[in-house]
Formats: sequence, structure tokens, C-alpha cells
Amino acid sequence: MSQAAAALTVAGACVTLGGRPVLREVNFSLTAGEFCGLIGSNGSGKTTLLRAILGFVPLDQGRIELGGQGTLPGGIGYVPQKIELDPGLPLRARDVVALGLDGARLGPALPSRSRAERVEQMLAAVGASEFADRRVGLLSGGQQQRVLVAHALVRRPRLLLLDEPLANLDVRSTAEIVALLRRLSRQSGTAVLLSAHDMNPLLGAMDRVVYLASGAAVAGKADEVVRTEVLSSLYGYHVDVVRVHGRVVVVAAEAREESHAAVERDPVHTAPVP
Amino acid sequence: MFAPFMAHAWIVATLVALVAGAVGFFVVARRAAFAAHALPLGAFPGAAAAGLLGVNPLLGLTLFAALGVIAITQLQRGERREVASALWLALSLAVGTLLLSLSGQYAQGLYGLLFGEVLGISARQVLGVAILSALALGLLALFARPLLLDSLSGELAAAALGRARRLEWVFLLVLALSTVMALPVVGALLVFSLMVGPASAARALTDRPWRALGGSVVLALLVVWSAIALAYLTDWPVGFFVGLLSGACYVLGRLRGPGAAVQTA
Amino acid sequence: MVLTAGFLDNEPMRIALSVGGGAALVCAVVGVATVMRRQAFAAHALADVSSAGGSAAYLIGVNPLLGFLAMAAAAAGIMEWADVRSARERDLLTGVVLGAGLGLAALLLYFDATVRSVGGAAVTVLFGSMFAIPAGIVPLALAVAAVALLASAIIHRPLLVSTLSADLARAQGIRVRAVALTHSVALALAVALSAMTVGAILSTALLIGPAAAALRLARRPASAVALAALIGLASTWGGTVLAYESYYWTPGRGWPVSFCIVTLIFCAYLAASWVGARAERPQVQHPSGCQGH
Repeated sequence: MSQAAAALTVAGACVTLGGRPVLREVNFSLTAGEFCGLIGSNGSGKTTLLRAILGFVPLDQGRIELGGQGTLPGGIGYVPQKIELDPGLPLRARDVVALGLDGARLGPALPSRSRAERVEQMLAAVGASEFADRRVGLLSGGQQQRVLVAHALVRRPRLLLLDEPLANLDVRSTAEIVALLRRLSRQSGTAVLLSAHDMNPLLGAMDRVVYLASGAAVAGKADEVVRTEVLSSLYGYHVDVVRVHGRVVVVAAEAREESHAAVERDPVHTAPVP
Repeated sequence: MFAPFMAHAWIVATLVALVAGAVGFFVVARRAAFAAHALPLGAFPGAAAAGLLGVNPLLGLTLFAALGVIAITQLQRGERREVASALWLALSLAVGTLLLSLSGQYAQGLYGLLFGEVLGISARQVLGVAILSALALGLLALFARPLLLDSLSGELAAAALGRARRLEWVFLLVLALSTVMALPVVGALLVFSLMVGPASAARALTDRPWRALGGSVVLALLVVWSAIALAYLTDWPVGFFVGLLSGACYVLGRLRGPGAAVQTA
Repeated sequence: MVLTAGFLDNEPMRIALSVGGGAALVCAVVGVATVMRRQAFAAHALADVSSAGGSAAYLIGVNPLLGFLAMAAAAAGIMEWADVRSARERDLLTGVVLGAGLGLAALLLYFDATVRSVGGAAVTVLFGSMFAIPAGIVPLALAVAAVALLASAIIHRPLLVSTLSADLARAQGIRVRAVALTHSVALALAVALSAMTVGAILSTALLIGPAAAALRLARRPASAVALAALIGLASTWGGTVLAYESYYWTPGRGWPVSFCIVTLIFCAYLAASWVGARAERPQVQHPSGCQGH
């Protein structure tokens, strides 16, 4: 494997939507095989950043480069937020993964041995072989998530973007999906950028974190970024990074009562562990 | 155009517009345009059947409107809503063609039922329409708030009322009532246009639900009155003008108003 | 029931079977995608609106198929051009286009009756007349069918991904609007063709019925298309023959073709949803594993 080829470079990215700045000067880069968490509360700009990387949202300033070849759709695997797979569609998990491979091609698919094998391998890699022949809309949330990851990875993209894939998953599925993504990114050299409002499930797995607050970002190793000084300067008011029972909680300190804004933009609402 | 023989037409058209404007508000809120189209159109075989058996057409229409309500709610189980409407409509129209061909009065009766005959309405028909309008409006007034809540979120309504599924029945029932009343007079197609166009414009003009409902009624009245006047002057079918003016309402609503802003967000 | 020998020697019957078969095939293929994309209402609206084109064709005396085609394509164009995303707006816009189109049809049918004195135009346009299709239409009809089938085959996969999720499709480099527009054009062609055969207001049955029935049973898109084609063809041919035969065992009048076809389609749908519901029942109980919401 080549040394530290850049899979994604975001430099000075600014996005304004409806007159409101959503991203301000976001800078970070990912190398092949890296597993990166994109952390921030609701409305911090996570989805916009992912959509900008995909080319769905134009940049006002700055640039986003993919593995040296510029933005090219199809070179990125993507798992959108809260996708609701319609149970009325006659699609098996297997068909969804096959569509990830060549869904953009015109004409009906011709039966192909190698295509079927690749789909089969991908299904096995995400642990979906067991329900590969079931209607995808009838699968559970965690199962659908696996199928969508397989759909995104089957083309062997250099970069995989996942928008809040852990929301609505139970504790066990969350841990399983994180471990799976981490393993796949290591094996295939795909850089993974995964957005989440709670960083705790990712703590052990992340090589790197991009922390977003009100459109501004800091990036780096988790223990360099998730610190009281760094996050306080990012938020523009004092926050405390507290570690309880191995979990990280970010709390807006004394400002809670007085400053309405602070409470509203309160980054992470992780309740103390039960 | 205000000659005595037109009096019944004006009265009935006004009643129909009142009901269609109010029901239309909920049709738009509940995304039920297809059902609003399928129920009136699907009831027309009832008139053909009544003609064949020699009974009051209102009886046949009521029967088929009721069958439509049942069929649509039953077909909706485990199926897409619009497919349920489409299947019911297709089936009832097929039966309608059979009945019309058996009765041998194919062309003329058909045109009247679909596109309406505003002239030649009897005093008894006016009375029937008035009673049915009152019934439809009464039901609507009774269930206005739950229906609105249910349109916003079925789960919210279920949490508040415990049985939101029955609201679909109530709604379709009101639709069916307005259908039966309007069909012999203004035709299956006209009543549908009146439900969709004015309500869509009213929704774009205001954010307040009951004001939108009022606006929808006012616009429906304006549409119907202008359509009758224009039809009288040109001798062209009323249905044409109602369709045209309802379409104009929608375009106006989209060009201005908060609804347009919401849509781009 | 014994089939009357030699119904294939009958010229109108041969035309009805070939044009009807073409329409059924196209409708089945386009219909599956249409039902999957929740466009049944749009399909119905296109059909009704196309009747205005049919009426206009009678008025100016051109090939009625051209009239149906022009109007269906125009309506499909308006709906795609307005580019409405939310389900509510799409429902409304469809309704408004439908209302306006029907108003236009009312006017043109009125002109047919008054200006041209074509009294039966309303019946022919709205309910079709399989046994009265002029032979000159057949090549055009079959060409339209071929174009619609080809377009559907070409966009098959991108359309599936777009139906699953527009965002997924875009991330894969699919031009979602172009694909949707192509599908709408194919839909307009299918609608015009079926409006010719079973009539404008019943063409919905041909488009939605077989597709909805197939979707109750099929587990894959390809098998849904095949099954829908089978049901559509069987119902159309069966219905046509049934209507033809009915002249012999009803007192002189016979049953309308559209009634026979639609009734068969509806029976197929009921059977399919019954079988589908029985097959689904054991499947619904999810085996334990990772559970979602």
C-alpha cells in the first residue's frame, strides 16, 4: 500500500445556504484507510459538509479534492441519513448491493458470474449473507444499514461517507457497525468519514476526528481535539470536557442558565452513563 | 343570465362550491387528490345502474359512493394509497361501461354525468343538494380539528384520539357525500377541480389553517360563479371554465405567498 | 364455453389483438416502475388529460393516436418541468393538471358534438373502441410501443436506484432528473397507446393493475416486470376474445371490451394479493438479530 495517499482534502471550504453561513473555512484531510468521525450537534453543518464533498452543494470558497483527481461522483460511496427503504419495492438485499455496483449503467443487467460473486463477497463482508434474499424494506434498521454500507462499498470507492449511520440503532448494532466499518476501511484502504452527534461509540475506533460547531471545524487526533481548551475556543465560550466511566461528555459550564445561546448550541447532549 | 330558469343553477352551484371549497381544504392537507377524483368519477356507474333499473339516480350514486369508500379503505391495506384509488376507479368505470352499454343510452347520459348539466335542475334536486350539503358541512365541522391533526401527523392524531384509522373513513365519507350531491348537477369532473384548485391557492395565501379554509370557500364560490356566467355568455360547457379557473388559482397561489417559499426550502 | 372458430380471420379482431397486446406489454413494463415510484395518480391524470388530445384529433380529423400522444406528452412535460419534489405538491399539481385537462376535454368534446356532429366521440375517446381501430394506426402504434419499451430498458437500472433514493443515485453519478424525464416520456407513450385501445379513463387499469398485482408477488424487479407483462397480455387478449364471444351468448349486444379486460385484471390483482399475503405472513416475523426501531 502506498504511503499516506490523500483520499480527501478539504481546504478553506465555505458554504452559505439561504443567506446563512453553514460552513466557515473548514480544513482537514484524510488519507487512505483512515477512519474519521465527523462530530457535532444537530445543525452544526455535518450533513452540508458531506453533501459538499459529494458535489451536491456548491462551495462559496475553498476547494475539496478527492484522491488527487478532483471531485468525481461515483468515486465516493455514500450512505445517506435516515433513508427509508420502501417495503413496497421488490428488491432483495442482494439487488440493492448489485445496484451499487452498476446502477448507473444503462440497459438491463446481463447475468454475470463475476458480478454475482462480487456482490456475494460484499454481502459476506458486511455480515448480510443471512438475509441477502429477503426484501430489503422489511429488514430491521441495523440490517438495512449493513446492506447500504455494502451498496456503497461494492464499487471499491476510495472514500466512504456515512451520514448519521448510528442514529436509531441499539447499543449492540452500533458497536457492530462501527467495528465493521473500521475493519473494512483497514482491509480495503477506503477512507471513512462518518458523522455522528455522539462521539462515544466511535472513541476506540477513530483515527481522527473532525469536530464541527456552528459551521467551524477543528480536526486532529481524538485526544488532541476533544479537550477543554480546544473545544472552548471552537465554540467561542467555555465548555468542559469531562470523562465519566470511560465516556466523554462535553458540557457548557456555568453559562447554562444565563446564556440561552449557549444552551441552544450545547454541543453534545450525552447524558451521564446510567 | 339571471332569468328565473337559471335560479336553480345559481343556488346549486353556490352550495356545491361551499362544500367543495371546505372539503378541498382537507383534500389538499391530506394529499388525497386522487381519492377526491376517484370517488366522484367512480360513483357515476351508480347513475347508470339506476337508469337501467328505473330508480332514483341519487340512490344508485349513494350506493356506488359508499362502495367506493369501502373499496378504497379495504384496498389500502398493505398497498399504496394511490394504487387503491386507481384500482377502484378502474373497476367501477368498467362496470359503468357495461351498464351504459346495456341501457343503450351511451353517449348523451355519459357526457352529462361526467361534465355536468347545470341547466334544467328541478326544485326537488335543489332540496336534495341542500340537505346533503348541510350533512357534509356538519360532519366536517364536527371532525375539523381531528382531521387537521391527522393530516399533520397520523401518529399525533392516534396518540390524541386513540383511533386515527377511523378518521380516514370519516374523511372519505364526507368526500362521498359531497360527491353524491354534486354529481347529477355539476358532473364528476367539475366537482374535483373545485376541490383542488381553490384550496391549493388558499393554502399559499395564508399560514392560518381556518383562514385558508375560508379562503378556499371564497375562491371556490368565485370560480363557480364566473364559470356559470362565462358558460352562459359563450354557450361552452361549464366544466371547461371551472377547470381553467381552478388551474389559474393554483398558478396564482404558486407565484406568490408563503406556500411557495416553503416549497423551495 | 366454446370459442367461435375463426375469430382470427376477422380483420378488426386481428388489429385489436395486436395493438392491444402491444399496449398491454408496454403498460406492464412502464407500469411496474410507475407503481414503484408512486406515480399511479400521475399515470391516471395523463390518461384522462390525453382524452383532450383524442377529442381534438376528432375535431381536426387527424390520426387520434397522434392526438392522445401529443396531449399526454405535453401534460407529462408540464409535470416534470414544474419539478415538484414534495409528495404533497406533486399530488396537488397532478390534480390541477388533471382538472384543467378534463375541462379542455369537455370543451373539445362539446365542439366534436356541435361543430363536427361527431356524437359518439365522447364514448370513443373516453372508453375506447378496440374493434374499431383503423388498420392505418397499427404500424404507428407498434412503433410507439417499441420506443417506450426501449426507453424503459435503457433507463432500467438508474431508475431503480433513483426510486430507492435520489441521494444514493446522485452519489453514484446518475442524472436523476434526466432519468425521471425519460420515464415520464415512456409513461406518456404507454398512456397514449392504452387510451387508444381501452379508452382514456380505463387505461389506468392496464397501467396500474398488472403492475400492482405483480408487485404483490415478485421478489425482484425483473420478475415483477415479467409477471406484469404476463398478466397484462393474458387479461387483454382474454378480455378481447371474451368480448368478441359475448356477442354470441348475450342477446345481440355483447359486453364492452374494456369491461372484460378490466374485470380480468382486477381478478388477477385480487388473486395476486391473496397469494402474496399468504406468502408474506411467515416472513414478517423477523428472526432475532440486530433490531432497528
